[in-house]
Amino acid sequence: MEPFTTLTSRVVPFPQDNVDTDIIVPARYLKVTDKAGMDQYLFRDWRFESDGTPKPDFILNQPRAQGAQIFLTGRNFGSGSSREHAPWALLAFGFRALIGPSFADIFLGNSLKNGLLPVVVPAEVSAELLRLAEADPNLELTVDLPSQTVQLPGGKRVSFPIDNFSKQCLLAGVDQLGYLLKQEAHIRAYEASHPPLLQTTG
Amino acid sequence: MAERLPKTLFEKIWERHVVVEEPDCPAVLYIDLHLIHEVTSPQAFQALREKKLKVRQPGRVVATMDHSIPTRNRSLPIADPLAANQVRQLEINCREFGIPLYDMNSPYQGIVHVIGPELGLTQPGMTIVCGDSHTSTHGALGALAFGIGTTEVEHVLAMQCLLQRKPQTFEVRVDGALRPGVTSKDIILAVIAKNGVAGGVGCVFEYTGSAIRALSMEARMTICNMSIEGGAKAGLIAPDDTTIEYMAGRPFVPKGAAWDQAVRFWKSLPTDSGARYDKSLTLDASALEPMITYGTNPGMGMPITGSIPRPESMPDAASRGALAHALEYMALEPGKPLLGHPVDVVFIGSCTNSRISDLRLAAQILKGRKVSPKVQVLVVPGSQQVKRMAEQEGLPQIFREAGADWREPGCSMCLAMNGDELRPGQYCVSTSNRNFEGRQGKGGRTFLASPLTAAASAVAGSIADVRTLL
Repeated sequence: MEPFTTLTSRVVPFPQDNVDTDIIVPARYLKVTDKAGMDQYLFRDWRFESDGTPKPDFILNQPRAQGAQIFLTGRNFGSGSSREHAPWALLAFGFRALIGPSFADIFLGNSLKNGLLPVVVPAEVSAELLRLAEADPNLELTVDLPSQTVQLPGGKRVSFPIDNFSKQCLLAGVDQLGYLLKQEAHIRAYEASHPPLLQTTG
Repeated sequence: MAERLPKTLFEKIWERHVVVEEPDCPAVLYIDLHLIHEVTSPQAFQALREKKLKVRQPGRVVATMDHSIPTRNRSLPIADPLAANQVRQLEINCREFGIPLYDMNSPYQGIVHVIGPELGLTQPGMTIVCGDSHTSTHGALGALAFGIGTTEVEHVLAMQCLLQRKPQTFEVRVDGALRPGVTSKDIILAVIAKNGVAGGVGCVFEYTGSAIRALSMEARMTICNMSIEGGAKAGLIAPDDTTIEYMAGRPFVPKGAAWDQAVRFWKSLPTDSGARYDKSLTLDASALEPMITYGTNPGMGMPITGSIPRPESMPDAASRGALAHALEYMALEPGKPLLGHPVDVVFIGSCTNSRISDLRLAAQILKGRKVSPKVQVLVVPGSQQVKRMAEQEGLPQIFREAGADWREPGCSMCLAMNGDELRPGQYCVSTSNRNFEGRQGKGGRTFLASPLTAAASAVAGSIADVRTLL
């Protein structure tokens, strides 16, 4: 996982609410057994015609999306299925941070575990960012994880919450599994005092 | 002596499973049962190999195949090479890591959220996870059960634990008696229509009230199944006599003295009187009609006799835009009723409504009737056990005589991964859980409803009120 510290980038505004993970990556592309090439499935049915031709009106096909690393979302982004293919596809396209008023629970957790930073800002800030981005395709924002702030053009800063554990993992670029592996003694003690209710094998 | 603080069902299960919680860190939560399927697990097993890790507790893991497998003739090889590879990969992974697998030839194969309860793997008071958001289903038995991503699948395989932050509790209280033709599916669609698809974000629902108590175990599963559609990762129903009766005699349920001990534990789980929830809502079950969705998320639902809302009646610009977009996709006109709207396909199945009681409801309507010649009807049982029970009761014959197609168990047209899919523009009344754009096939249009409404609509060839057939 790549560390996340500070990111300055152009942005892609995507103002719809309740964008579900079936839209982010349709189920028919979940038959893969690895993570390679997920960018081609991102928003597949909104982004491409059936024959694979890009739809010119769709924002990810426009010049402003090329190289942009920040994605501005509506409310409850990533709702629905638990498929981690959704954050994998966003990362594969090049996004490193999402900024929106709220994210669905499972999607939020999946994103953090892959180095994709979901930035939760108040609804009015989100609306302002979307407005600015619609007006200026070259708008750049800075997401600074150490200070937990988003910097707007003109220097205004908006702070965002993130739990300290996820923040430290992102800053160091380390997998959360490392922390779990270090809990071996605690887990062994728990298992010794809590006999299994069930044995699925044998 | 200090008085014991009253606790909710959620808090009792949560506290029992916290292995350790260090300051400034998420809790390490022990997982009692990990369910696996072919779609969200291959990358997790691959990561274990790369990190030279083993599966810590293969005896707490069960795998099956459900998402990408065909529902037609299973004696033939899987035609789709990607699906065939995914299924083969699951077989390889389970063999290599010592995990029991109910494969396509197993008498216990089925949709993961159908086989867990029916085999007695799912038990009250457990923590259960699966790389699938409808894991919330298992909460019907009083287990804390939620969907996880593939990285978390890897974590649980490696350590049998997850890093979790404590969610808030949310009581969904449903009182009153359901009227004829109204089912638990209608309750949950009404809850989501009222509270919205994001209303439960950050929360665990606990469904309480006389209407919930009166439901069968399978009807409760339908409700908990769609908790995720209301934004909640998990939904719980406290164990009671219905739960204990359901559990008795199932293959993985404790026997003899261990059974008595388990029952005592289960009876200690319900929320204590005086315990507080962070949030709550109430719903009057006696006022409900059969529900149906008109839009592209499960919150866009209404009573079946209702009219499609007009975007201009929505409270803010975002919801006006969302509704306009949804109605454009659905090619539906604001202000019009849905009753009588033509239907091309009816799908009866999915982890929401594919259990024997769901099939009985559909059969009750289809018995002695014919489905409209304009409609293709798929009935897909949730598991091999459900299929055998249905066969013993003569249900496949009822479905076939009515003109419906009786299939092999799997997820099928709920998410259209296996070739069972809508064609662009087709309308489908579906007993599944998601009416998202393209969910049942690219360009397909979904109306979510109960098995009764689905069967009645199959007969009419258009969206129908089942109460006219009762």
